[in-house]
Amino acid sequence: MESKLQLDQLNVHFGASHAVKGVSLDFPANTVTAIIGPSGCGKSTVLRSINRMHDLVPGARVTGKILLDDEDVYGKKVDPVAVRRRIGMVFQKANPFPAMSIYDNVISGYKLNGRVNKGEMDVIVESSLKRVALWDEVKDRLKSSAMALSGGQQQRLCIARTVAVQPEVILMDEPCSALDPIATLKIEELIAELKEQYTVVIVTHNMQQAARVSDCTAFLYLGELIEFDVTKKIFTNPAKSQTEDYITGRFG
Amino acid sequence: MIGYDLRRNLTNNFMMCLMVGAALAVMAPLGIIFVHILKMGASSLSLDFFTQIPKPTGESGGGMANGLAGSAMMIGMSSCLGLPVGILGAVYLNEFGGNRFATAVRFSADVLAGIPSIITGMVAYTLLVVPMKGFSALAGAVALALIMIPIVLRTTEEQLKMVPGTLREASLALGVPCWRTSLKVTLVSARAGIITGVLLSIARVAGETAPLLFTALGNQFWSKRLTEPMAAIPLQIFNFAISPYEDWHKLAWAGALVLVVIMFTLNLTARYFGRIKHNG
Repeated sequence: MESKLQLDQLNVHFGASHAVKGVSLDFPANTVTAIIGPSGCGKSTVLRSINRMHDLVPGARVTGKILLDDEDVYGKKVDPVAVRRRIGMVFQKANPFPAMSIYDNVISGYKLNGRVNKGEMDVIVESSLKRVALWDEVKDRLKSSAMALSGGQQQRLCIARTVAVQPEVILMDEPCSALDPIATLKIEELIAELKEQYTVVIVTHNMQQAARVSDCTAFLYLGELIEFDVTKKIFTNPAKSQTEDYITGRFG
Repeated sequence: MIGYDLRRNLTNNFMMCLMVGAALAVMAPLGIIFVHILKMGASSLSLDFFTQIPKPTGESGGGMANGLAGSAMMIGMSSCLGLPVGILGAVYLNEFGGNRFATAVRFSADVLAGIPSIITGMVAYTLLVVPMKGFSALAGAVALALIMIPIVLRTTEEQLKMVPGTLREASLALGVPCWRTSLKVTLVSARAGIITGVLLSIARVAGETAPLLFTALGNQFWSKRLTEPMAAIPLQIFNFAISPYEDWHKLAWAGALVLVVIMFTLNLTARYFGRIKHNG
């Protein structure tokens, strides 16, 4: 399988603490890769270094390579803004812009960048909302506030906002941790559809979720990559005893 | 045995009375000022006050139309100078607030806010009035702007700090550059609180007299140019109140009443915007 995104000896330091230790991973195109591990193991840190969100954290230092289509996103001439346009992100807690309507939230990636073509806007909003199966629920109230939506709807709105700018990779940082089981199910179905067009990397606390939605799974512990394989193998026949202990609930 | 401790209860009541008294003493001055100014000013207030300029001594009537216009113009100009500096400075502090330079900026703003306004007026006099060889509305506006900047800077920074980091991250993750995120997400989300701070800073400078004494000077007539001396309500109140003429005293009371009403309105509006913020 052709790889879309590769981590090569990724190290992340926050001041004196060494949060991610030499992690190398290969994310194949059009697959869902789950990153699992106990709290504080560095999974969110790995995710956030992929779209250079750590650039804004004082004291954070990233070394090693992250290759997107064989180009290092930490290369000298690479603009982090351009990286983030190709690698979208969905956060743990749904964070629609509270001052904007549903419509404006979906188109916010364009509006905030000042590149709006009025004629295309309606098309982008409709197709993005349809993509996340939210269109039928909100089409009659596109101009009302995004804050009036339920938690699950808000999270789908945030995914719609991310796909609207047409990224190549979508990073998801525990996207369902604040949602009820029904909303979670909807997001999981959505993730399965998204991989047809995008490469998805999802960080999750929920091992059942990783087993349900992902094609490959990486297990991180204390900042190190313990095991990386196809999901089925990780959950049925892991190579390392630590992985087995974790997925069977013996720690974590 | 559960006894009734008379002494403890008396002490309790006594302390209670002291605190209620202190709380009332906080409110009383405002009530006294309001009632007194209303009593003295209302009788002198007429349509003429808003449409006429002061009459020469000896003639009765006249108003403070030029002072109202002058105050409005100078506040407008000082807002144009002070608000962008204060607000953009606050955006800087909020984004890159960790370094030494930012600490120095915050400290300077706090010191600047504490400097007596008469000194600000003297500085504007030395830097603008003397080189320009004359008192001017422009110098007055600069002096007022110097008073506005630290107030706006610190209140805006406080408001920006309250914008959740998740919103900034949402914008950045969409590939929106930092500067656009600051202006279009952080600043917009905090706008109600910022408007409150701006209105309070305007209310503060609208009543300033000392910095204008050395800069705008005051004018009995309409000012035609910004490089000329210009009238302002606080200046006219001051000049008329220390004059020996009964007519002018009345006008000064009317001016005081108008100024207090303007302050009151600005503060109420500021509170209104403050509430919007809290209701989301």
